[in-house]
Amino acid sequence: MSDVIVLGGGIVGASAALMLAQKGQRVTLVERDFCGSHSSGVNYGGVRRQGRPLHQLPLSQRAHQLWGELPGLIGIDGEYVRCGHLKLARSAADFAALHAYAERTREFDLGLQLLDRAELRARFPWVGDVAVGASLCPEDGHANPRLVSPAFARAAQCHGAVVHEQAEVVRIKHDGRVFQVHCANGLHLHAPWLLNCAGAWAGSVAAQFGEPVPITSAHPAMLVTEPLPVVMDVSTGVEGGGIYARQVARGNCILGGGRGFALGPRQARPGQAAVLEILRNAAELYPFLQGAQAIRTWSGTEGYLPDHEPVIGPSSTTPGLLHGFGFAGAGFQLGPAVGEALAEIVCSGASRQPIEAFSIRRFQA
Amino acid sequence: MKPVVIVGAGPAGISAARTLLDYGIRACLVDEGLRGGGQIYRRQPEGFQRTAQQLYGFEAGKAQAVHRTLDELAPLIDYRPRTLVWNAEDQRLDLLTDNRADSVEYSRLIVATGATDRILPVPGWTLPGVYSLGAAQIALKYQGCAIGERVALCGSGPLLYLVAYQYAKAGATVVAVLDSAPFSAQCRALPALLGQPATLAKGMYYRAWLTAHGVPVHQGATLAQIDGVQRVSGIRWGAHTLACDAVAFAHALRSETQLADLLGCAFAWNPLNRAWLPTRDSAGRSSVNGVYLAGDGAAIMGADAAQMAGERAALALLEDAGVATDRHRPAVLEQQLARIQRFRLGLETAFPFPEKWAAQAPDNLTVCRCEEVSAGDIRAVVDDGHWEINRVKAHCRVGMGRCQGRLCGLAAAEIVAERSGRSVEDVGRLRGQAPIKPLPFGVQVQP
Repeated sequence: MSDVIVLGGGIVGASAALMLAQKGQRVTLVERDFCGSHSSGVNYGGVRRQGRPLHQLPLSQRAHQLWGELPGLIGIDGEYVRCGHLKLARSAADFAALHAYAERTREFDLGLQLLDRAELRARFPWVGDVAVGASLCPEDGHANPRLVSPAFARAAQCHGAVVHEQAEVVRIKHDGRVFQVHCANGLHLHAPWLLNCAGAWAGSVAAQFGEPVPITSAHPAMLVTEPLPVVMDVSTGVEGGGIYARQVARGNCILGGGRGFALGPRQARPGQAAVLEILRNAAELYPFLQGAQAIRTWSGTEGYLPDHEPVIGPSSTTPGLLHGFGFAGAGFQLGPAVGEALAEIVCSGASRQPIEAFSIRRFQA
Repeated sequence: MKPVVIVGAGPAGISAARTLLDYGIRACLVDEGLRGGGQIYRRQPEGFQRTAQQLYGFEAGKAQAVHRTLDELAPLIDYRPRTLVWNAEDQRLDLLTDNRADSVEYSRLIVATGATDRILPVPGWTLPGVYSLGAAQIALKYQGCAIGERVALCGSGPLLYLVAYQYAKAGATVVAVLDSAPFSAQCRALPALLGQPATLAKGMYYRAWLTAHGVPVHQGATLAQIDGVQRVSGIRWGAHTLACDAVAFAHALRSETQLADLLGCAFAWNPLNRAWLPTRDSAGRSSVNGVYLAGDGAAIMGADAAQMAGERAALALLEDAGVATDRHRPAVLEQQLARIQRFRLGLETAFPFPEKWAAQAPDNLTVCRCEEVSAGDIRAVVDDGHWEINRVKAHCRVGMGRCQGRLCGLAAAEIVAERSGRSVEDVGRLRGQAPIKPLPFGVQVQP
C-alpha cells in the first residue's frame, strides 16, 4: 500500500513524486515508457517566464525559484543556465505588444528590458535585421530536458519513491476510498491518492472518472545543428510565434517552429514541411546559421486544451484524484512548481500558489 | 502518374532499373553518388584514365557491365545523381540536390541503399591517417590515392584481403595485414565456402598473392592500439609494435537502413549480420505495401547477390503491379540467392565477430567521435540503470552527432549489452530520424 500513486514519469509526475517523497509520503510512480522520454524529455528546453499568461506567473515564479535550486533538487545541473530569454519583434506592432506585456506583468518583477533596434544591435549583434526590437528577461534561460526530466524521477527514487518504468496502466478502480491501479505487466497498486500526470494521454483517466476534457495532441518540429562557434548568449523566441532558438555550450543550436505529425499514439515526427520552413527562414532571424548543417530533427507528443492552459488541481468528481496535465508545449519550466503544488494538496489540503484558473471544472458546462 | 522510384544506383538499384525498363517502366533512379556504380563499382571522376582492370581487378568485367547498363539506362529513365534522399513521408521522398530541396512521389519504391564499414573502435582510431577499409579502397578506386606509403590493414572480413591486395598491387607498402580471425576459423568455414568456388578461389588468390609478395599476414591478431601524436605513427597488437603512416580497419560491413526505418518498415534482429534489419520476403517485399528492399542495404550479401536481389525485387514489384513477367526467372534468382546466403554463413564462420571487443574496450576509448563520448561515459549511463539504446543516447549523447549513429551505433550497442549483461538484441536499435544525412540552412526549396 502506498499513500500516493503517480501516473506518468514526466517532469510534473516526477516532481510531484519527489516533493511527496521529501515530505515523507509513500509514493509509487508508474510510467508506461521511460521516465522523461516523452515531451518532458524531448521539448525545446526553454526555461522561461516571459510571455506566459498572467495567471501562470505565480506558479512560474515559484518554478523559477525551484530551478535556481536544481542541483540540490535532482543532483545534476542539467545544463541549466540563466542566460536570459530574448523575445524578438519583427514589426512595430509586435514591439508594442512586448511593451504592453512588460506593463501588464510589472508586479511580477520579471525584470523585463525593452530594447529598441539600436540597443538590440549593440547588445545582440548576431540577431538578424528583420528584428526591430526585443524584450529581454535576463533571469530566464534554458536547460537540457533529456537530462533534467529523467533526473527528477531518479531523485524521487533516491528519496524513497518507488518508480516502475515500462508499466502500462490497463485498469483503474476506485471504491470511494482507495484507488486500485493494474498494469499490463501484472503490477497491482493501491493508494488513497492518485495523481494524473499522464501528459497527452491524461484525458482517458479524466474521462474514466466522469470529467472528460477536450484534450488534443500536437507535435512540435525541432531540429539541432552540428556544433557551431558560440554566438547566441540568450535563448530566443519571436513575438507572435515562429522560430525559437538557443545554443548550448557545446555549440549546437536547437531550433523549433511549426508542427509535426503523429506517427502513432506514442511517436511523432517533425514533418518535412516544418523542417524546410525552419531551414529556409531561420537565417533571416539568425544570419550566422546560413550554411550551417542541421543534423537531426525530432518531435514529441504534447497535450493541448482548447484554451492552451493546463489542468491542475483536484478532480471535480472523485476525492483523492488530482490532475496535472495539458501544458500546451509550455510545461517544462512550470513542471517542478506544479509537482510541488500537487504535493501540497496531498499533504496540507491546498497549494500555496493560486491554481484555480486551471481547474478541470472549466470544461463542465 | 506517380513513378516507381529506386534509391541507390549500385549493383542492386541499377539491376532493378534495368529489369523495370525491360518491362516498359521508366523508373526514377535517385543516387547520392556522382556517377553511379555504388561503392563497390564506384567510377573514377571524368578524365581519369585508369583501366577497369587496374580499378576493379577480377571484377573488371562485372564493373564494366554495370556501368554500361547505367549508361544505357540513364537517357531512358529519370536518373538523378548527386541526390540525397533525406526523408520519407506520406508516399513521398524528400530530396536534396546541390543545395536545392525537392521531393518525388512514388507509386512503388525499391530501396537499395547499400552499406558502409562496421567499425569497432580501438584507441587511436580518431588520429589523422586512420581510415575504414572501405574508405581506403575508395581513395584508391576513385581518386587513385593511397591513404599512406606504409599502410597497415586491420580488422576482419573478405574486404581486408582484397584491399591489401589492391594496395600492394598499386605500389603502396602494406606493412602488415592483421586479421582478428584465427586461421582455424577459416578452416572450419571451408565446407560452406566451397559452395561458391569462384569467390573462394579469389579470396585464396589474394591471400596467396600477399604471402608470395612478402606482405606479412597475421591471423588471430587483434589490433589493440593505433599510436601517434599528430597522426598515425604505428600500431600495436599482442606484444608487437610496428611503424606505419596509415591504418585502415573494419570488421565487415553494416547495412544502411535509415531510409527503410523512416519508411516504417518492420525490423527484426538478424543474428548472422548481428544487426537489426528491415524484414523482407524472399522476393524483397518489405512489411510496407509497395516498398521493396534489395542489396546490402537490406542485409550484407555482396555485389553479385545485390544484382540478383535488385532484379528479383523489380520482378516482385511488377508482379504486384499486375504486369505479366517471366514465370521461371524468380525461382532461378531465389535459388542463386539462397546459395550465396549459405556462402555468407561460411564467411561469418571464417571471419567471426570479435565477441570480446566490448569487454576489452578501455574506458577512455572514444566510441562516438561526433559527440566525443567514450566507452566509460556509456558504461556510466548503463551503471545508472539504463540499457535501452535510445535512453542511453539521451543520457550521454552517443549517436546524437553528425553521423547519427551510423558509425558508432553498433559499437555503442555492443558496449551497452556487455555492461548490462543483456544481449545486443535486447538493447534495441537507434530510432531513425530525418535527415538521413545533414541538411544545410538556407536550402532552396522548389515551389
